[in-house]
Amino acid sequence: MTIHTIAIQDSKEAVLEATDVVKVLGSGAGEVRALKGVSLSLSPGELTLLMGPSGSGKTTLLSVLGCMMTPTEGTVRVCGNSTKGAGPEQLAKLRRDHIGYVFQSYHLFPTLNALDNVRLALDVRGEHGPEAVARAKEALATVGLLHKLRSYPRQLSGGEQQRVAIARAIVGKAAAILADEPTAALDSQNGHAIMEVLARIAEDPSRAVLVVTHDPRIVPFAKRIVRIEDGRIVREERNGQQNDERSKIEEHDVDDERGVVVKRKWMQR
Amino acid sequence: MTRMANPFAMSLAFKLAQRNLFHDRLRLVATVVGIVFSIVLVTVQLGLYFGFGRMVTTMVDHATGDLWIIPAGAKSFEDPSPLDERNRFAALSVNGVFDVTAVVIGFAEWRLPGGGTTPVFVVGSDVRAPGLHPWNVVAGSVDALAIPNTVAVDQTYFERLGVTGLGATAEIRDQKVEVAVITKGIRSFTTTPYVFTSLDRARAYTGTAANKAAFFLVHLAPKGNVASVQERLQANLTDVEVLTQAEFRERSRTFWLFDTGAGAALFAGALLGVIVGTVIVAQTLYSSTKDHINEFATLRAIGSSGRYIHQVIIWQALLNAVIGFSIAASIGFIIVDQTAESALPIVMTPTLTIGLFALTVFMCVMSAIAAIIKVMRIDPAMVFTQ
Repeated sequence: MTIHTIAIQDSKEAVLEATDVVKVLGSGAGEVRALKGVSLSLSPGELTLLMGPSGSGKTTLLSVLGCMMTPTEGTVRVCGNSTKGAGPEQLAKLRRDHIGYVFQSYHLFPTLNALDNVRLALDVRGEHGPEAVARAKEALATVGLLHKLRSYPRQLSGGEQQRVAIARAIVGKAAAILADEPTAALDSQNGHAIMEVLARIAEDPSRAVLVVTHDPRIVPFAKRIVRIEDGRIVREERNGQQNDERSKIEEHDVDDERGVVVKRKWMQR
Repeated sequence: MTRMANPFAMSLAFKLAQRNLFHDRLRLVATVVGIVFSIVLVTVQLGLYFGFGRMVTTMVDHATGDLWIIPAGAKSFEDPSPLDERNRFAALSVNGVFDVTAVVIGFAEWRLPGGGTTPVFVVGSDVRAPGLHPWNVVAGSVDALAIPNTVAVDQTYFERLGVTGLGATAEIRDQKVEVAVITKGIRSFTTTPYVFTSLDRARAYTGTAANKAAFFLVHLAPKGNVASVQERLQANLTDVEVLTQAEFRERSRTFWLFDTGAGAALFAGALLGVIVGTVIVAQTLYSSTKDHINEFATLRAIGSSGRYIHQVIIWQALLNAVIGFSIAASIGFIIVDQTAESALPIVMTPTLTIGLFALTVFMCVMSAIAAIIKVMRIDPAMVFTQ
């Protein structure tokens, strides 16, 4: 399989857009320029991978794009809303209204069952009652966990917990789903299942999905791969394969973040 | 069959608070014990305060009269200087006054039938006129005090006075007295038993001159105006003060509760209880919040407002308050019941109960401040590193 390196020209209106973003973390002697002028836009209907070595700025970029931080310089727009000058509450509102998160270690609430964990994303938006319950069930059905509504996180496997986390991210109809190493804690089978779910979500023309990962096995699921190193985007690529062709792939060569060619055979079904 | 969604689904903020609270039972027990200890301490202190406050004005409360003529500067009912009978006649001449009755009080020695003495506080007034007579009579009749050398005593003090019931005899100031009336629950906060008798016997037992009295109780003529009569009496009489029942009650209360420092000590105890309770709840709530910091960070990361997170913590505090108060109130009512017959009963009124609940809620909510500050400093991006 060939990965085509192409210039990214988004024809659709961007859901998330970072322009010349600089992010300085810490101060004084401990000051670190984690992002050094990053520009990136995420369009609906596609799954983008953000790959790069440890310390390259992936998580910082995810935090800035996901409105957990404001950039030191540059602008970030979420569905047209700039984060410039936004305080913690305004950032929280942007996250609530437009962004769904999926975390590496799931971050489910251990004292709530799967349904309530998903409902929580609606509850914080002030959506309660039967309609919220119905939507949470719908989200769980989307990730194939309708039969585990009453299960608590401790009663679910890692893959199932991550699927609950995905349901929580999508239940609020967020325009952008940001996933931080969603398969890192999972075995290949579960990782594959999770990526299939995320890829399916990315097919929704109103949603953009950004996945931060080290895992090269994920590449076939992406329409676009963005590589970041030392706080700068060094390469953007478009994956030539269509999603419906992925299942036919048996062997996939790709450069990992260290530039080493690896071979994976995990797309067999 | 599809299960119907519950339209009254519990708020998840409440559910989360409840689950956080019950998740660590040991911490919950520690918190509740702290609240219970604190509120029981406050209940006892405030109950004593109100009980004491009620007790120090019991004589004023049970006197029938519209105005009191008291010696100028008298601090309380138990602090008399003899007033001259001329004041009574002068008061009777004031327009709007229907009657004026004398009240004599004083300490005396009660000689027990079996030997030995004990101090008593003698209260005497004209038995045939409205004044200050024994109440809660359980044996005999107040009219019986018209019979020479008869007295009324409270059954609580039978042992102290060496009597067993009606007809029992003893001596006061070497004069024979006979118990003709028995009351229930007329206790003195000084623990010195009250002995009611007629006006002339009281003078005899306390060594008060025949033309002297401790107070005069003024009864107004029908449709008499208390304020204007009070003003006229005050203008016509010298070296006395003319107070309404409420004013004299307040003066006595103020003296015993505040001037003596007794009330301040009780309040200090109550305040200590509140401080201890607040610190305990604050500490446990803070540590609970720290333990659930990842969950709060996740809430923040998924876009929860600060207000929503406050709700979770405040719900935790309120649940603590309700559980702690329920137990503390139950213990409080047991203590009230157990002290009802004691020299200084602890009083629990509906208002005090509501006030204590409000105090518990306030204390717990205030305790939540540290936890809220902690949570509001969370960087939601920490979820990436946890």
